Amino acid sequence: MKSLAELQAIRDKAKAELNLRQENPDAIRVLVGMATCGIAAGARPVLNAFTEEIAKRGLQNVTITQTGCIGICQFEPVVEIEVPGEEKVTYVKMTPEKAVRIVNDHLVNKNVVTEYTIGANT
Amino acid sequence: MYRSNVLVCGGTGCTSSDSLKIVEKLKEEIAKKGLEKEVNVITTGCFGLCALGPIMVVYPEGSFYSMVKVEDVPEIVEEHLLKGRIVTRLLYQETVQEDTIKSLSKTAFYAKQKGVALRNCGVINPEKIDEYIAMDGYAALGKALTEMTPESVIQTILDSGLRGRGGAGFPTGLKWKFAAANDADQKYVCCNADEGDPGAFMDRSVLEGDPHAVLEAMAIAGYAIGASKGYIYVRAEYPIAVKRLQIAIDQAHEYGLLGDNIFGTDFSFDIKLRLGAGAFVCGEETSLMTSIEGKRGEPRPRPPFPALKGLYQKPTILNNVETYANVAQIILKGADWFASMGTEKSKGTKVFALGGKINHTGLVEVPMGTTLREIVEEIGGGIPGGKKFKAAQTGGPSGGCIPAEHLDVPIDYDNLIAIGSMMGSGGLIVMDETTCMVDIAKFFLEFTVDESCGKCTPCRIGTKRLLEMLEKITSGKGTLEMIDEMEDLCYYIKANSLCGLGQTAPNPVLSTLRYFRDEYIAHVVDKKCPAGVCKDLLEYSIDKDKCFGCGMCAKQCPVGAITVTDYTAPGKKKPAYEIDHSKCIKCGACMDTCKFNAITKG
Repeated sequence: MKSLAELQAIRDKAKAELNLRQENPDAIRVLVGMATCGIAAGARPVLNAFTEEIAKRGLQNVTITQTGCIGICQFEPVVEIEVPGEEKVTYVKMTPEKAVRIVNDHLVNKNVVTEYTIGANT
Repeated sequence: MYRSNVLVCGGTGCTSSDSLKIVEKLKEEIAKKGLEKEVNVITTGCFGLCALGPIMVVYPEGSFYSMVKVEDVPEIVEEHLLKGRIVTRLLYQETVQEDTIKSLSKTAFYAKQKGVALRNCGVINPEKIDEYIAMDGYAALGKALTEMTPESVIQTILDSGLRGRGGAGFPTGLKWKFAAANDADQKYVCCNADEGDPGAFMDRSVLEGDPHAVLEAMAIAGYAIGASKGYIYVRAEYPIAVKRLQIAIDQAHEYGLLGDNIFGTDFSFDIKLRLGAGAFVCGEETSLMTSIEGKRGEPRPRPPFPALKGLYQKPTILNNVETYANVAQIILKGADWFASMGTEKSKGTKVFALGGKINHTGLVEVPMGTTLREIVEEIGGGIPGGKKFKAAQTGGPSGGCIPAEHLDVPIDYDNLIAIGSMMGSGGLIVMDETTCMVDIAKFFLEFTVDESCGKCTPCRIGTKRLLEMLEKITSGKGTLEMIDEMEDLCYYIKANSLCGLGQTAPNPVLSTLRYFRDEYIAHVVDKKCPAGVCKDLLEYSIDKDKCFGCGMCAKQCPVGAITVTDYTAPGKKKPAYEIDHSKCIKCGACMDTCKFNAITKG
């Protein structure tokens, strides 16, 4: 170790992994429906797409959680996004491609992708 | 990038109830479900709530699983990690509320705690230096070396009010200042990890959960006093701590955080491990240094103090593990931050190893000035079986007991001394009404008699005579004069022993005499043990009118002391039993089996 900058670089790299280990009530939550219906409809690639895209962009304040069946199995894979203080947004019939766009538009730029929501699909 | 982290405690407590097998099984099940790229399994240090081990915490949800068994693992992986359904049945029940899960930091055990020395325990993987660095590790060393002078480092530690956590409470900054002032071609920084008090495991948990914190602080101390070599004297009985310390030292060398020219400065520092062979006296500073030198661990008179002539006759500082665990935080966050916690003369926090008759056995870190009542009743969850609090023993064999009347005294160094106990290293043993205080004093005296090194007469012979008198009292052969003689002998041993071991050995006797003299008198005059512990003063008997004649007690009796009589109580169908006191060995097996509470002792 020759400099503080070197230490800082190691710190920044290792930090992302540890952020997950703190209780963070202000975090944005991405909930992926992973009951039998969700998994059968392809929720797993969607979940992985979210994980990869969020890591790629280095978003610090987002947690990804699986959740059970919420009762609208015909719309699976279902993903819900909870931004603290805002109303929950439900996206339906998700794909990995849609996930990438949601990370970009909704999580980064704060614009709900209306065309993927349950409201636009019923 | 993982979406989920599963933390499993790898401290000594949880390891001994198979937490490492749980880790293995977790990895196996996770691989079976194809989740190995999504879920990371981390072995951490102690979470503190040892009574509920093995402990597993799943993030980001923060689900706290307690008393996990290997057989539970497939269900947790299938339900929680794959499908996202928390297995409520296995959660720590205090976190389960009707429709939500309570945050762990809001439970009674954790709510009043403040993590400074234990901040990384149960959070990071102690075998990965990167995780320590991610928690601002080695930033304090970097700051000290590049932005501060040795004098300003010492001043910061002085200003913080940090006092030695090994028990005596000597100001750490002052110790460093004395050693820095002495010129020498070589100086040493030592760490006392020879934690020997029965029931104490604070230092072990820090070493197992966050070994780099100690290494970093020792390097800072080296810079402050002008030393280039450090030794950690750790008990060989702590194999996990020894292993993780060695891994940490190797990793720090690899990253150049130990070794030559750290952070590109002129400062070089190296640390070596020395394993103690289990002698309690080696926790005393001069004995410890003698032992590091390879000689028999015996104390020597002071002065000269180690700051002038310590290890290899060179200026040396010796601090306890927990003391070091505070240092990096003080350098990073400032003396004012540290001094804002605690009481007027005792700053910061203190870690206690909570044990004995208490629901939440484990490790707690609270700000100085927290009352014993808060620790026992709130954090510790009270006493099992609804029994009454009698006293708490602090400071192990060097300390004393705190009776119920002092439950509301804010705990700090000076208050504890004022009420006849001492902080000690932090063992806190809770005792209820079924504990005999004379027996407790005898227990600690047996320990010090065993561990006295024998070099000085007051300790070698004095503690032995003291123990003999206690044995007479607990076997009903004591006299009232003996109690007075014992007290005199206590003061004599304290005043004349060579080192801390002998000087503090009579404390358990003195403090129980101070608060529970009536129990001593009951043993001597009435020949009774009020708590029902001292076997020689006990007699078990069967109440023949309550006895149903089932004969279970007779079957349990290992010496055949229980036989049937020809008396049948009114309303009973079978004749009652009785105990032959000449054969009875007072094991209590009969009393435990009797379903009708017909057997009493007294």
